[in-house]
Amino acid sequence: MATSQTPLIEVKDIVKHFGSVIALNGVSMSVNANEVLCLLGDNGAGKSTLINTLAGVHKPTSGQFLVEGQPRLFSGPRDALDAGIATVYQDLAMIPLMSVTRNFFMGREPVVGFGPFKRMDMEHADNITRDEMHRIGIDVRDPQQAVGTLSGGERQCVAIARAVYFGAKVLILDEPTSALGVAQTSMVLKYIGQVRNKGLGVIFITHNVRHAYAVGDRFTVLNRGKTLGTYRKDQIGIDELQNLMAGGKELQSLSEELGGTI
Amino acid sequence: MTATTSHSDERLKKVSTMTALLRRPELGAVAGLVLVSIFFFFTANPAMFTLAGIMNFMAPAAQLGILATGAALLMIGGEFDLSIGSMVAFAGLVFGTALVVWHVPLSVAILVAVAFAVFIGVTNAQITIRTGLPSFIVTLAFLFILRGLTLVGLKWASGGSTQLRGMKEAVAGSPLAPFFSGDAFSGLFSWLASKGIIDAFPSGAPKVPGIPVEILWFIAIALLATWVLLRTRFGNWIFAAGGDPRAARKSAVPVARVKTTLFVITALCATLVAILTVLDAGSTDARRGFQKEFEAIIAAVIGGCLLTGGYGSAIGAFFGSIVFGMVLIGLTYTSIDQDWYLVFLGGMLLVAVIFNNVIRKRVTGER
Repeated sequence: MATSQTPLIEVKDIVKHFGSVIALNGVSMSVNANEVLCLLGDNGAGKSTLINTLAGVHKPTSGQFLVEGQPRLFSGPRDALDAGIATVYQDLAMIPLMSVTRNFFMGREPVVGFGPFKRMDMEHADNITRDEMHRIGIDVRDPQQAVGTLSGGERQCVAIARAVYFGAKVLILDEPTSALGVAQTSMVLKYIGQVRNKGLGVIFITHNVRHAYAVGDRFTVLNRGKTLGTYRKDQIGIDELQNLMAGGKELQSLSEELGGTI
Repeated sequence: MTATTSHSDERLKKVSTMTALLRRPELGAVAGLVLVSIFFFFTANPAMFTLAGIMNFMAPAAQLGILATGAALLMIGGEFDLSIGSMVAFAGLVFGTALVVWHVPLSVAILVAVAFAVFIGVTNAQITIRTGLPSFIVTLAFLFILRGLTLVGLKWASGGSTQLRGMKEAVAGSPLAPFFSGDAFSGLFSWLASKGIIDAFPSGAPKVPGIPVEILWFIAIALLATWVLLRTRFGNWIFAAGGDPRAARKSAVPVARVKTTLFVITALCATLVAILTVLDAGSTDARRGFQKEFEAIIAAVIGGCLLTGGYGSAIGAFFGSIVFGMVLIGLTYTSIDQDWYLVFLGGMLLVAVIFNNVIRKRVTGER
C-alpha cells in the first residue's frame, strides 16, 4: 500500500447536513495516483453526496478535505475541475443529438483567429477526437456522427476519455456500469484499468461488487453516511465485501435462500 | 442494448451517402424548395421566374426570413419566442415615435429601437430562465402585452389614430437611410439594362431598379447565423443549451447567458424587420407583424429545427422562408385561388414536423 506517497485526494471525517438530514456522518477515504478506489454502498448510503462534495457541488459541513496534502475548500465544480478532479456523472453530460466532436469539446472548444473572426477549430477538434477514440479502441469513422449513434458503453468511454484528455488527475466515475450489458461493462472496466495505468487516481462508485472487484485496488464501504472501512484487495474477498456493503446478516440469509445468486 | 462493438461496426458500415445526406437538417427545406419550384414552373405564368418575379417573391421571403433566422437560433437553443410578431409592431412604434414625435436623427432612432429590443429580449429570457416556465407561455404573454402596448402607444403618439405616418420625410437625406430602405446596386442594374443584359423599359430604365436592401440583409444574416452556428464556440453552446441544458451546464457552458443572448437576437431581428418595413411603407400601424411569429417558427421547422431544441439549421430557415415567399406570391401567377396559401402553410408544417421526427431518429440511432 502506498503509505509513502501523498494521496491525490484525502478526506477525513467529512460531515454533510442538509437541514435536519444528516447525509454524511464522518466519512474518511483517500485515493492515490495509479489506483482504483472503489466506493461501495447500497442505495442511500451517501455515495452521491460524497461524490458531489468531492466534485465541489456541495460544501462539507465539517471535516478535512486535502488535495495532494493541501487543505482545500471548493467554491464550485469549476474549482474542482481546475484542481484536476473530474467527475463523470451517470447521465454522462453528453448530448445525443450533437456530434462526438462537439460533445468532446463542449464547454472547452478550441478556438483560432482573432476578434470577431474567432472561430472553433473544427478540423483540429475532429482529429483529436478521432485519435482519442482510436486510443481507447472505438473506431469512430466520422467524428461528426451524433453521440446518439454510439452504444452505452462507447458513450461512457467517450465521457471518460474527455475527462482524461482535459487533464484530470482524479477521475470520479458515478456508477459507470449500472446501465450496461455484459460486453459493454467489460469494455468500460477495461478502460478504467487503462486510465489507472496512465497514472490517474480513479474513484469508482458502484453497488455492484463484481464490477468493483474486477478493477479495484482498494475498497471503501459506505453505510448510512459512515465509512465501514477501507480494505486492500488482498485483505478481503468478494463475498465478504458483498456482505459488508449490504449491512451484514440480513442479505446473507436472503442470499442463501436464493441459492447464492446475488 | 444487445449490440456489441464488433457487431455494431458491421451494421453501421451500411451508412450510405443517402443517410449522410439525410443527416443534414436543411435537407427538408431544400427538397421543399425544389418541389415548390417545379410546381410553379409548370403552373405559373413564366413571368414569375424573371428577375422582376424573383425580386417579387424574395421581398416577403426576406422579411420573414430575417425573423425566421432569429427564431431558428432560439429554437436550436431550446426556447420559443411567440412575441416576435408583436415585437415587430412594438419596435415599429418605438422607431416611428423616435423619428416623427421626438424628431431624432435616424441613427438615434435606430439606437432607441435597439435598446428597447435588448430590454424586451432580456425580459423574456430572464422570466423564462428564473421561473423555469416554458418560454412558450412567457412569450405568449408578451405576444399580447406588446401588441396592446403598441395600440396604446400609437394612439398616444398619433393623437388617437392607430397609424403613425411621416417616416419617409423624417429620414430623407440621412446617410444611413440607404442601408435600410430602397434598392441596392441601382448603378449596376442601370448599367446591365443599358447593355441589354437585363430587361429594361422603353425609356431605358431597368425594370428591376436594384436589389431591395431587405434581401441583402436577409442573405447576410442567414450566412452570419450559419457561420456562428457551425463554426464558432457560441454555436456549439447554442446546440448544447438546446440539446440538454443540464448536461451543458455540467460542461461549463453558460446556458443562461446563451439563452439570454438568443432572446435578444430574436428581438433584434424583429426590430430590423420593423425598421425595414416602416421605412419602406413610410408609416407604422398596430397590425404590423401580425402572426409573423407563427410563420417564422414554421419556416424554422421547415428548415429542420426540432421543436425540442438542440438540432436545426439557420440556412434551412433561409430556404424555408423562400418556400414561403414563393408560395405566397407564386399563387398570384397562377389561376389558383390565393387563399390556398393558408392550407399550404398548415400542410407544409405538418409534413416538416413528421419528416424532422424521422430524421432525428436516424441521427440519434434511436429505434
